[in-house]
Amino acid sequence: MDFDLTDEELALKKEFDDFFREEMKHAPPVYRYEALIEAMYATDEGWEFNKYMRKKLVERGLYVRHWPKEYGGGGATLVEQRIYSESQAYFGAPGNDNFGLGMFAPTLMIYASDEQKARLLPPIARGEVQYCQGWSEPNAGSDLASLKTTAIKDGEYYIVNGQKIWITAAHRADHMFLLARTDPSQKRGGGLSVFNVDMSLPGIEVRPILYMNGVHLYNEIFLTDVRIHESERIGKENQGWGMTRDTMNFERSGSGAYAITRRNLEKLIAYVKTTKRNGKFLAEDPLVRQKLGKIYADMEAGRALAYRIAWMQEKGKLRFSPAAASESKVFSTELNKRVADFGVEIMGFSGQIEHSPWAPLEGVMIASYQSTIASMIYAGSNEIQRNIISWVGAGMPRLKGQG
Amino acid sequence: MDLDFTSEQMMLRDAAARFSASECTYEEVKKVEDSEKGYVPELWKKIADLGWTNVLFPSRYGGYDGTFLDLVILQEEMGKALFPSPFFSTVVQCGLLILEGGTEEQKADLLGRIAVGSLIMALAQYEEETDYSAESVMMTAEPRGNEYVLNGTKMFVMDANIADKLIVVARAGGAGISLFLVNSHDPGIQITKLPTVAKDNACEVIFENVIVAKENMIGSPGCGGALLDQMYEKAAVAKAGEIMGGCKACIDMTAEYARNREQYGNPIGGYQAIQHFMADMLLFYDTTSNYLYRVACMIDEGKDFTRDASALKACANECFRYVTEKGVKIHGGIGTTREADVALFYRRAPTYASMCGSTSYHYEKVAEKLLTEGMETF
Repeated sequence: MDFDLTDEELALKKEFDDFFREEMKHAPPVYRYEALIEAMYATDEGWEFNKYMRKKLVERGLYVRHWPKEYGGGGATLVEQRIYSESQAYFGAPGNDNFGLGMFAPTLMIYASDEQKARLLPPIARGEVQYCQGWSEPNAGSDLASLKTTAIKDGEYYIVNGQKIWITAAHRADHMFLLARTDPSQKRGGGLSVFNVDMSLPGIEVRPILYMNGVHLYNEIFLTDVRIHESERIGKENQGWGMTRDTMNFERSGSGAYAITRRNLEKLIAYVKTTKRNGKFLAEDPLVRQKLGKIYADMEAGRALAYRIAWMQEKGKLRFSPAAASESKVFSTELNKRVADFGVEIMGFSGQIEHSPWAPLEGVMIASYQSTIASMIYAGSNEIQRNIISWVGAGMPRLKGQG
Repeated sequence: MDLDFTSEQMMLRDAAARFSASECTYEEVKKVEDSEKGYVPELWKKIADLGWTNVLFPSRYGGYDGTFLDLVILQEEMGKALFPSPFFSTVVQCGLLILEGGTEEQKADLLGRIAVGSLIMALAQYEEETDYSAESVMMTAEPRGNEYVLNGTKMFVMDANIADKLIVVARAGGAGISLFLVNSHDPGIQITKLPTVAKDNACEVIFENVIVAKENMIGSPGCGGALLDQMYEKAAVAKAGEIMGGCKACIDMTAEYARNREQYGNPIGGYQAIQHFMADMLLFYDTTSNYLYRVACMIDEGKDFTRDASALKACANECFRYVTEKGVKIHGGIGTTREADVALFYRRAPTYASMCGSTSYHYEKVAEKLLTEGMETF
C-alpha cells in the first residue's frame, strides 16, 4: 500500500500551486474572506474575476483536464483531479462552473444524444457558459421527487410552468438544467424529465433571495408558459429521476473541502500564536490546543478517505461511489463548520465582527460561520446523506416513505 | 498511489480471520475474562506457530521482516476477535523496546524467544501519579556497586501476572529514566491483578528491594525516556489498528442486529434515529481506518509520522468510544448484558483509549507540534 503521490503527480501539484498562487494575487479582496461560492457569484467584481479565471483555466488546459479525451478533455486520473481540486480550493481560486462543469457535463456524457453532446459540451469546455441547477421547489426540498413544476408536450415543444427555489447563481447563469414533471399522472420519480434550458427564454423570471448575511447568492425562478424545444430534453422522457440521482453523486464527489480546512487551520494557528488574552497567548490555552489537535486529526482522517474514494473509483472505473460520496460530504462540511465555530469562539467578542479593519483574520471565520451552515443543508442535507450512508454503506433497510 | 493490500497481506488477514473464527469465539473470550491467567497458553503457542509473534522482527533474530502494515493487519484482526493474549505487551511494547535499545545479545536471546512464543514480557511503567509520558515516572533504582535496587509500586502493568520478564521503568540514580530487565519471579516482587472494566490482565506490581544486575538494562542509563517515546509512537499506531478492528466488528454485529430486530412491525434499522447512528459509526470508521493505513505506510517508508501517530490514536479513541456506545444503545437491553458480545467492546473502550496515550494527551501532542513546527505544504 502506498499513499504517496508519484513524482509526476508532485510536479503537477507544484504546477497547479504555482499557477493559482500567482493568479490569486490579482483577485479582488472578497476572495480572501468570503466563502468561495459567495465570492464567485454574489458581487460583480467577484463574478468578473471568476470569468477571468475561467478563461485562464481554459487557456492553460486545466478547465476540462479531467474530462475524457473523446470530449476534448485531458483524460486526467481522479487522483490528479483531487490534487487539482485541493490546490484550487487551498488558494481559494474561482473559475469553475460548479453546475455546468461539475454536475451537468458528466451527466450529459452518460445520457445525452450524440447531437446534444456535440452541441452542449464544447461551450462548457470552452468556459463560455454558466449553468444553474433547476431542482428544488418550495415544497420539494429533501423530497425532491415530489416536485410539481410541469413540462407538458405541445407539438415539438414542452410548455413549462412552476416555481424553482434556492437556485445558486441563477442571476449569473445563461443556462439551467431543469428537472420537471412531464407526466403529471405519475407520482414521485416516475414522470420526471431533464431539460437544458436557455435562461433568456420568455417566461423565465429570476428573483433574488438574500442570504442571512445580506448577500445575493440564491434565487427563485418563476417559469410561466416557457416553451422548451424537445431537442433540449436530455435522455428519455419520464426517465429523468435516475439521471438526476447520478447528477447528485457528481455534486457530492470530489470537492476540495479539506484544503479549505487546511487553509483555515493555518490561519488559526497564526492567530493563536499572536493573540493574547489576559496576558497569555491563546496558543497556551489547553482548551484551544485540544481543539486545534482535533481539527488537524479529523482533517487528515477525512483526507485519507477522500483519496481512498478517488483511487477506488479510478481503479474500479466507477463514476462515483454513492455511500462514500455522501460520507465525504457530511464529514467535510461538518468539519469546516466546526472550524468556523472554533475560530469564532476563541476570538471572543471580536469573533462577531465581519470583514472590516476590526475583524480578526479579515472576518474569514465569521463569514465561514455563516456560509458553512448552508453547506450542511444544500447538495442534499446531511440528514439525507446519513440516510443514504446507512442504506448503501451499512445495509439498513429502506422503509416505505423513505425517499 | 496504490491503496491495495498485497496478496500476501490479504492472505495474512484471511488466515488471521479464519483462526479467530475457529479458535477464539466471543464465548471463549468471556470465559478467558473470568480466568486467572487471562489468556490461553495453547492459543498463544498457536499464534507463534502461525508466525504472528515474529512479524515485526528482522530475520537475523528469527523474525519475518514484516512491514508495519503487516502488524497493523494482525492487530485489526485480533481487535475484531478481542483475542486475549499478551501480544501487545510482549511483541509490540517490549519487542519494540528491545529492538530499538537492546544489545545484540539481548536481541538474539529475547526476540528469538518471543518469536517462538516461549517468552512473555510486560512493561512496568505507570504509577499512581504518572501521566502517559515516560518523564513522569518517579520510581527510583538506587545504584549499589554492580547492582541497582528497585523500590516502588507500578500500576496497570498489562500481563505481569503471566510474564516471565518485566521491563521496569525507573530513575537510575542521577542518570534519569532507564529501563531495567527483571525476572518477574525474583524475590521482592509482588504481582496482583487489578479488577478492571475490561477484565484484562492489568496488574499492580510492588517492588521491594529488588536487586538488578547493572548489565540487565535495555539501553544505557538515562536513555529510557527516549526509547519509550520512540516505542510509543509506533505502538500507538498498532493499538489504533486493534481499536479499528474492534470498531469494524462492533459495526458489523450492530448492523446485523438492526436489520433483524423488529419493533412497530419494521426492522429497527429502518428508522432514522438508528440509521443516523449507523451512518456516523461508519463515517468515523471509514475516515479513521484509512488514516490508519496511511500512517502505517508512513512508518514503512521511514517518514516522520509522530504528529500523525498522535492524531490517529486520538481519532481511533474517539471512534471506538462512539461506535461501542452506539453499538450497545442500538442493541437495547440485550446489549447491556454479560451475554452480549457488543458489551465486550464497550467495556474495552476506556482501557484501549488510555493505552499508549489518551485522546486529550494526543491532541495536546498534535497541537504542540503544529504550534512549534508548523505544517509542511499541503
